[in-house]
Amino acid sequence: MATVQVSEAEKVYILHGIRDDLRVDGRGCEDYRHMEIETDVVSNTDGSAKVTLGHTAVLVGVKAEIGKPRPMIPNEGYLEFFVDCSANATPEFEGRGGEELGTNLSNVLYKVFSNKHSLDLHSLSISPGEHCWVLYVDVLLLQCDGNLYDAISIAIKAALFNTKIPRVNITSDDEGGKEIELSDDPYDCMRVNVENVPCIVTLCKVGHRHVVDATLQEKACSVASLIIAVTHNGTITCSRKVGGGSLDPESIFEMTETGKRVGKALHAPLMKLLQQEESLSKKRVRVGFLC
Amino acid sequence: MAGIELLSDQGYRLDGRKATELRKVQARLGVFAQADGSAYLEQGNTKVLAVVYGPHEMRGSRSRTLHDRAVINCQYSMATFSTAERKRRPHGDRKSTEMSLHLKQTFEAAVMTQLFPRSQIDIYVKILQSDGGNYSVCVNAATLAVIDAGIPMRDYVCACTVGFVDETPLADLCYAEESGGVSSLALALLPRGGQIALVQMDARLHQDHLEALIEAATTACKGVSKVLDEVVRQHLQEASVLTGE
Repeated sequence: MATVQVSEAEKVYILHGIRDDLRVDGRGCEDYRHMEIETDVVSNTDGSAKVTLGHTAVLVGVKAEIGKPRPMIPNEGYLEFFVDCSANATPEFEGRGGEELGTNLSNVLYKVFSNKHSLDLHSLSISPGEHCWVLYVDVLLLQCDGNLYDAISIAIKAALFNTKIPRVNITSDDEGGKEIELSDDPYDCMRVNVENVPCIVTLCKVGHRHVVDATLQEKACSVASLIIAVTHNGTITCSRKVGGGSLDPESIFEMTETGKRVGKALHAPLMKLLQQEESLSKKRVRVGFLC
Repeated sequence: MAGIELLSDQGYRLDGRKATELRKVQARLGVFAQADGSAYLEQGNTKVLAVVYGPHEMRGSRSRTLHDRAVINCQYSMATFSTAERKRRPHGDRKSTEMSLHLKQTFEAAVMTQLFPRSQIDIYVKILQSDGGNYSVCVNAATLAVIDAGIPMRDYVCACTVGFVDETPLADLCYAEESGGVSSLALALLPRGGQIALVQMDARLHQDHLEALIEAATTACKGVSKVLDEVVRQHLQEASVLTGE
């Protein structure tokens, strides 16, 4: 990840501030930075979303394609994740530099979504064993300013909410083979239910306390972080510790409790905002990066 | 040729434009705060983000340092969701490498590299949505990004892709026209002096038509340069209002 150099004096300053629940930019330990979400930014995709969290900017595009279901689970569709750490974020990501981080991020996303309650994969099946919808979720990292997991998971939830999958009819032709017909009406589409899609909360341990939505400076002062994927009713689908330092069990319990509380509180306003945006859809002017 | 009619009898193209009309250009400078210079440009349905880092010390191989000027390093990449059919690898394939080299060549002609010896300027271009004229839109976006980064250039670099159909040159091709078997030519121009930074064509065209095609491309590029100039002045005005000058 793009890192910043922080001097000893700065580290002490940040540590003391967090100890008193006051971070460098005035936030409390459990506050997020200013977040902006916009869906339907790229018209080539079936669903897209752009999330800006402080200086971190993430663009997610979802494309639905018809493919063969997995042999072990013939009556479900599946998701494929790909995270592209573009050179826009930092010159270190040029060429193959961003591949390692990208692979790490997509592995975590696979783990988070491997839970069968996150998304109704049965609805993605067309004909069991032969055809199903494959949702390719492509994440593009445009700017890195800490807290990538949170921004990416919120963008994925928004993009999946925005995804419109065309309806298909299966007809059998004369030789007994199956033909797939996509419906002609561009508005005749299936939506994905994102109620149970989890949001990832990253908690960084700085000193004796932990913070949510750490900036790069705070990350440089932290020992280790805990990534928790939380659903709207407080269930944890995935939990992982990252970073080189060690955490003791009490810290992990405390951080998990905070993560559950913060994660649960994220979902309701997010869904309300997405539905509000959806209701303006025809009249809304798509801004994208033009503002 | 059979299939879609690229230029109707009344002189209208597939998207309703006339032969010499450009697509709508909308652009914004300073999109990202962390990069030294950044710009976002939309030309019709093609959307491109360009980011510039530099001039800074040479990264990587010190041996490639030039003692008398800066090295320009470009990377062209496309988002996997940018094309109608999902692209598996954003960059690293032959087409992207070739485009990166073309961009490097184009900007070496325009940027005043002798002012920054032994340093490197990085230009990264990302295509968010691809609808034809990829190279040209990239050059236009990168020009704005280089201006935003404050790196001195001899002139704006404006580019346009033109094609030749039914004895008529068509300016600013879209994807449907490009893939319809049209002989297309990409031209990058420094408008004030009329100097050509890059010209590229890989199709068959009769020699007699070449001059008309380049002429059409030059006119289109000059049109683009007016739009880009307007965008830069607007941005400068906004910035100076905010700083209270």
